[in-house]
Order: sequence, then C-alpha cells, then structure tokens
Amino acid sequence: MYDLIVIGGGPAGLAAAQAAYEEGLRKILVVERDGELGGILNQCIHNGFGLHYFKEELTGPEYALRFIRMVEKTRIEFKTDTMVLDVQPDCTVSMISKEEGYQVCEARSIVLAMGCRERARGAIVLPGARLAGIFTAGTAQRYVNIEGHMVGHRVVILGSGDIGLIMARRMTLEGAKVLACVEIMPYSGGLTRNIVQCLHDNDIPLYLSHTIVDIKGKNRVEQVTVAKVDDFKKPVTGTEFTIDCDTLLLSVGLIPENELTRKAGIPVDERTRGAYVFDNMETLTPGIFACGNVLHVHDLVDYVTLEGQRAGRAAAVYVKGDQKTENLRMMTLKAGKEVTYTVPQYIRVSGSADESAPVFFRVGRGILKGAVVVQAEDEKIATFNREHMSPGEMERVALPMKLLSRARVAEISVSVEDTSELLK
Amino acid sequence: MKEIICIVCPNGCHLITDGADRIEGYKCERGLDYAKAEMTNPTRVLTSTIRVVGGIHRRCSVKTDRPISKVLLMEAMERVNSLEVAAPVECGHVLIKNIMGTEANLVTTREVAGI
Repeated sequence: MYDLIVIGGGPAGLAAAQAAYEEGLRKILVVERDGELGGILNQCIHNGFGLHYFKEELTGPEYALRFIRMVEKTRIEFKTDTMVLDVQPDCTVSMISKEEGYQVCEARSIVLAMGCRERARGAIVLPGARLAGIFTAGTAQRYVNIEGHMVGHRVVILGSGDIGLIMARRMTLEGAKVLACVEIMPYSGGLTRNIVQCLHDNDIPLYLSHTIVDIKGKNRVEQVTVAKVDDFKKPVTGTEFTIDCDTLLLSVGLIPENELTRKAGIPVDERTRGAYVFDNMETLTPGIFACGNVLHVHDLVDYVTLEGQRAGRAAAVYVKGDQKTENLRMMTLKAGKEVTYTVPQYIRVSGSADESAPVFFRVGRGILKGAVVVQAEDEKIATFNREHMSPGEMERVALPMKLLSRARVAEISVSVEDTSELLK
Repeated sequence: MKEIICIVCPNGCHLITDGADRIEGYKCERGLDYAKAEMTNPTRVLTSTIRVVGGIHRRCSVKTDRPISKVLLMEAMERVNSLEVAAPVECGHVLIKNIMGTEANLVTTREVAGI
C-alpha cells in the first residue's frame, strides 16, 4: 500500500511528489507514460522558464532536470513507460507496462497530474483537404527538438497559442520560412513576450480576426486560403487570400486530459475542463488531489510547480490524518463579470490568520487597467489593481482567510472592473 | 515616440521611448536596461538542438549561456548545425567557448543517455 500515487511525471507531478516527501510521506510512487521524467518540458528547449520560481531563466529541459535531480535524491519510486488505465475513488490505480505487465496498486491518496493535450484539427472543424503536412504545434516541436525530423519549409501557423509562437521562431531558426500566423480572435492567445520574441523579431505577420477557410494540395499541403472573420467569427466573403505553403501547424488550444478523472466519477468543471477543487487542490472525491495542466491550462510552469507542491503537501496532511475539514465553513467561488473561471472553485475557510488561498483566474477579453473585485453579495471584501490583463495570461490573487472568515454569505464572486474605460 | 514591449519577465510592460534618453513605463531596473539594449544592440539567448550519436534521442538541446547580439543569431545557427556529440551527454557541457567572440558559451541543456 502506497501513501501516495502521483499520476504523471511532469513538473506538476514531480513537485507534488517532492513536497509530499518533504512532509514526511515515504511510500510514494510516480507513474509516467513516457520513457523519461520531465513531461513536455523536455521538448520546450527555449528559455524563459523559472523566472518566478528560481529567479533565473532556464530552458524547459533544465527546469525539468532540477526537479528530477531533487526527487532522485529521495526514496520516491518511479515507473516510466507505464500507462495508468484506471483510477478508483478508493485510490486503487491500475496500470500497464511492457516490463511489468498489468498491475493494480493501492494507495491512501492520489495526485492527478496528467497534464493536457493539444486540440487537433477535428476539434476546430477545419475545412479543406486531408493532406500530409498538417501537425499540431506540439507534435512538430517533439519531432524537431527530440526526434530530429524537420517538419516543413514553408509554414503557416493557425492559432497564436504559445507553442505555435515558439514553433514560429524555432522553424525560422532551422531555415524554414514562416509565412503567417493566423488567429481567429481579435487578440493573441499567447504571452506578450512570445509575440515579441517569436513573431516581431522574425517579421512574421500576425493576422488577427482571420482564419483558414480552405486547404489545397495533392498529397501534401500546397496552399491555404485565409479570410477575415466578422464579429461572429464567420468568414467574410471577398476577403480571401491564398498562401503557398507545405506545412500547417495548429496552435488552437489545450485541453486538460481528464479521461481518468471522469471515469473515476470525480466531478469536472466544464469551464476549466479540470476537476472542481478546494483551495488545498483536493477534488470533490476525498483523498484525490489535482494540480497543473490537468486542472486548468497554465501559461507558466512556475505556477504549475507551486500548485503541485500545494497538492503534494495537502495529500501528506490527508494521509497523516491531520486534515480537519469537517468544522470548516465551505465557500463557493463564482466567476463574476469579465472572469471566465476561477481555480479553486471552493475554499474551506480556516481560522488561521496568516493563511491565504491563492486564486487563479482568466479574463474574457483584454483589459488595459482593471480592478479585481472580490465580493460577498453587495459587499466588496477585497480589491486588487491590475494592468494589461488579457485572456492569454492567467491572473492570480491571494485571498487572506481572515477576510473570508468575515464574509457572512457562503458564496463570493471574483470579477473585474474595467477602470480604463472610466478614465475616458 | 516608439513603444517597446518589455520581455524581461511575463509582466510585458509597455515602455514608451523617444529613441534617445527618455524611457517611460518600466517597472524595474531590468526593464530599463532592456529598453536601452533594444534601442542600441538587441540581444537574445539562442536555443537550438544538435545531433546526438548513440543516444536514446537523436537530438540534444543547447543554448548560449548568455544573450548574444540578435544580428548574429543566424550565423550562430550555422555553427550549431555543424556540431555532433556522442552519448552519453551531460547537461551544462560546454560545446563552443566564446562563440563568435560574443563571450557566450554554447552549452547543452539536457542529458541524453546512451543506448
């Protein structure tokens, strides 16, 4: 019987396992389906990771290696090349691998850290011929950076998510010509720094409010047709233009990979597509925690690490029997005006004065200057000023338990007031 | 007046400069330094991969251990593409010292085990 089984050996899972170990758990197992630990960080060879956590700029593999080194010094067990098939609400995990075959492991707690998957062509109902040369950006990234295959020479990127932007620069450095980045929304889905470093630096045009309406070719992509879209994202007739290319990369969003979660009967929030969680990262199934991109898609790995550690620590508290939640008041967090979701969705209000609950959320549109307002019915209980908020960049506020315990109602909302409009 | 979007950290501050001494909108010293450098000699850390022989993967990731001048990036890539290492590869191994006289070293950023 394990104290804790962590599903996924990426940054979230490694941080959770390490934190649980530091809290005193000794029988910990990390299950990873790839051949090595580190997750997707291993193919993210660009730098910019760790600015918040390590206060220095690391590449993805370097960031992963720091955590791999840390956990290697412990007695945490690892199973790589091992696929988890099923998770039960009583913390039984079935898995399969070439070396050990099918096996069932029991645990006292579980941390879900399976990460996310790219949306592919089918998810966006992309019109045009089914040809070779169409990849999701992350697949192309793995081919180029790890497996050593160049995926194309004249490239168009659909969607302006971070991986697409990073691949625009990567393909350019490898000698390809990146002709355009086409985004259906009126704003980019990626981080500002990636727009600057990847597109501006390489003079790659970004077509906002545009999409691809046709793909032509014989066996491989030869041409795409791009058109402007209206306010309802419908292509506008007469605005079409064509680009001759041999490769189309899709960077059209990520989906938390929650098949195991759903199968276990753990309630999933349809906005985040991750489990509903309390402020200690516990799902609505006791003893099962979730963190990282399986919970909600992050833009920065630093916050994935912190969330993983929070989940790992909470799992340790749960296993040691120190989790005293029965007497705590439960509060529901609602996404208010301009806010698309919050994580966590529930907070157990503890009496301790120095504690606070980190709350992550995203805004639905770009807001130059805004105030994040935390409200209990009509009463504002906290306000945080923020600048340059955008849907592509996750926002974070820390809610002191002291403030929450003063609220009289069981539901509070997080909303954003656009103060830049007030200035006009 | 020119707008520079600071990329030192994820805040992405929007800085305004008149192209000479006046720079506004930065929130930290690093942002000020970045804007000055962007106006005179913009630099970037180069990250790429090199060929690996006899390893569990065919490529090993590499980087310059400090930013190099933006205009040198493509020439540096030619040097990077001519390299080959034999597995096992250690992380942080110096492949080229003082690449193209930039004072930056080209180093590996991951391990690649041998087969």
